[in-house]
Amino acid sequence: MSNIKDAFANGKAFIAFITCGDPDIETTKKAVKEMVRNGADLIELGIPFSDPTAEGPVIQAADVRALKNGITTDKIFDMVREIRKDIKVPIVFMTYANVVFSYDSDKFISICRDIGINGLILPDVPFEEKDEFDPICRKYGLDLISLIAPTSEDRISMIAKEAKGFVYIVSSLGVTGTRTEITTDIGSMVKLVRKSTDIPCAVGFGISKPEQAAKMADLSDGVIVGSAIIKIVAEEGRDSISHIGEYVKSMKDAIRDI
Amino acid sequence: MTKKGRFGEYGGQYIPETLMNAVIELEKAYGHYKTDPEFVFELDKLLKEYAGRPSRLYLAERMTNDLGGAKIYLKREDMNHTGAHKINNVLGQALLAKKMGKTRLIAETGAGQHGVATATAAALMGMECVVFMGKNDMERQALNVYKMRLLGAEVIPVESGTGTLKDAVSEAMREWTNRIEDTHFCLGSVMGTHPFPMIVRDFQSVIGKEIKQQIMEKEGRLPNAIIACVGGGSNAIGSFYEFINDENVRLIGCEAAGRGIDSFETAATINTGRVGIFHGMKSYFCQDEYGQIAPVYSISAGLDYPGIGPEHAWLHDIHRAEYVPITDEEAVNAFEYLSKMEGIIPAIESAHALAYAMKIAPDMKKDDILVVTLSGRGDKDCAAIARYRGEDVEE
Repeated sequence: MSNIKDAFANGKAFIAFITCGDPDIETTKKAVKEMVRNGADLIELGIPFSDPTAEGPVIQAADVRALKNGITTDKIFDMVREIRKDIKVPIVFMTYANVVFSYDSDKFISICRDIGINGLILPDVPFEEKDEFDPICRKYGLDLISLIAPTSEDRISMIAKEAKGFVYIVSSLGVTGTRTEITTDIGSMVKLVRKSTDIPCAVGFGISKPEQAAKMADLSDGVIVGSAIIKIVAEEGRDSISHIGEYVKSMKDAIRDI
Repeated sequence: MTKKGRFGEYGGQYIPETLMNAVIELEKAYGHYKTDPEFVFELDKLLKEYAGRPSRLYLAERMTNDLGGAKIYLKREDMNHTGAHKINNVLGQALLAKKMGKTRLIAETGAGQHGVATATAAALMGMECVVFMGKNDMERQALNVYKMRLLGAEVIPVESGTGTLKDAVSEAMREWTNRIEDTHFCLGSVMGTHPFPMIVRDFQSVIGKEIKQQIMEKEGRLPNAIIACVGGGSNAIGSFYEFINDENVRLIGCEAAGRGIDSFETAATINTGRVGIFHGMKSYFCQDEYGQIAPVYSISAGLDYPGIGPEHAWLHDIHRAEYVPITDEEAVNAFEYLSKMEGIIPAIESAHALAYAMKIAPDMKKDDILVVTLSGRGDKDCAAIARYRGEDVEE
């Protein structure tokens, strides 16, 4: 078991996503440190994929920018080796099955362990296919994070029973990206998860504002924010660091004591 | 299939959790309806009365004589309603979707043939239709874009990635995760997550069943080889499936090599790709060393896809089928050849299969039999081929 649970020891957790290498690796390094300094409890590092089918336009564009600038899995491993010296909070990779599989899953995940990665989120690997990666994750002490969606219904208990690290609750139908309103009954989804497991639940997809985050954190153990952070990177590029810091602080402040 | 949704190690269900219950529901419904007498009767009637099946198995005598070797038969899927084999699958899926209570079809399209077929079925069955098409393909296949709109479909340009078929598939998948309740994703090839490779293969297997019956009537024996073009591989698997256990029948899939398999401008997946996981399935894909999907190229929008259906990957591994590369130039030559030789203008996709027949027929015996699946008609390609030859055609 990984130390992912530590992320939930600090009040409601703020989980921050960032695409590695957008617009360059130096910016990502600084952004990660700045996010942690401002209260991020867990860092989700996106390894760009050419065809990210679960992402909306904002993260798709970030992947394109990063790949155009020559980012590779090996460069991202090097970056993690470096930032791990200063960053103590749990870090997970978010990427697609092929990025792991084509690198050689065993090699990829063993490097993850060596450089201090605590878990993997693979949005194109549902419960039915997790045997492709889960045994290897267990071998190296990483958590393969399970996702549940508004359409999961009768599948929730089956997924939750075997979930590790935290349960990623997908707030809405569709792909990643900010939404003005989340209409799914998150409370009932969390209740169903709780019947089968004690591990924390964090809500992601569509959360961008402190009020939304507070509402979601009230129903769960934490929130995951991606597109809203990437939007800042897209607008400010290398100058985005302080803006990201302020944003993360406002979000963590909104949920800490709920 | 070796275990659920797998062909050897290939296939599977690598899709977001959001879609899992939808594909489980689809699999259940298909399992129920495929043997439901009413469904079978309705589909059969549509294929006969509306699509014009069975399609002819035509002896290409001038081509046979000209090449001087094997006897060449053309399976005329180009004569189906909407001009390609795509209608076989679409009528099946649309009818299934309707029985499942869906009111809206979404689809991806490359050359536009599957998009036109889906728009046609949607019009016929009074369903809403949205087709995703790469922006570059919309330029290459402007006439099919117009046809889809004429048939009442909305065509959405996809600008992400290379603006071709793979991006259209990704965008259709994204749309499906966004709206599942009333929507069926009418996938056009034997690819994607289980159960699509199985469903599409079953609906397309009518091609091979007819070939078998027709060749037995005409020749009293099975052919030596069956040749079909392969992008995702639906007309190929449709042609091959009935013959998989007939080990003396060679099964040959023709991949689009674009400017050659030694160049980066190719879409020949088996010949240049390696095993990966993408678009819901484990199969062969054109990709770089880090698993980034390659920006493939072919003159044929319908074969311009970086992957291949999982059943083909398996047939390749067990050496039951062969997959050969055909370049743009070879395909264009075949396109022109069949037009002049038989008065049949083939789709540029199908011309890849013809090109390989032209290569091997002369070295075969006169009493050998080759069947080439002519998956579609070439009207849609005339302007693009003219441009390839340096002529500017006003449509």
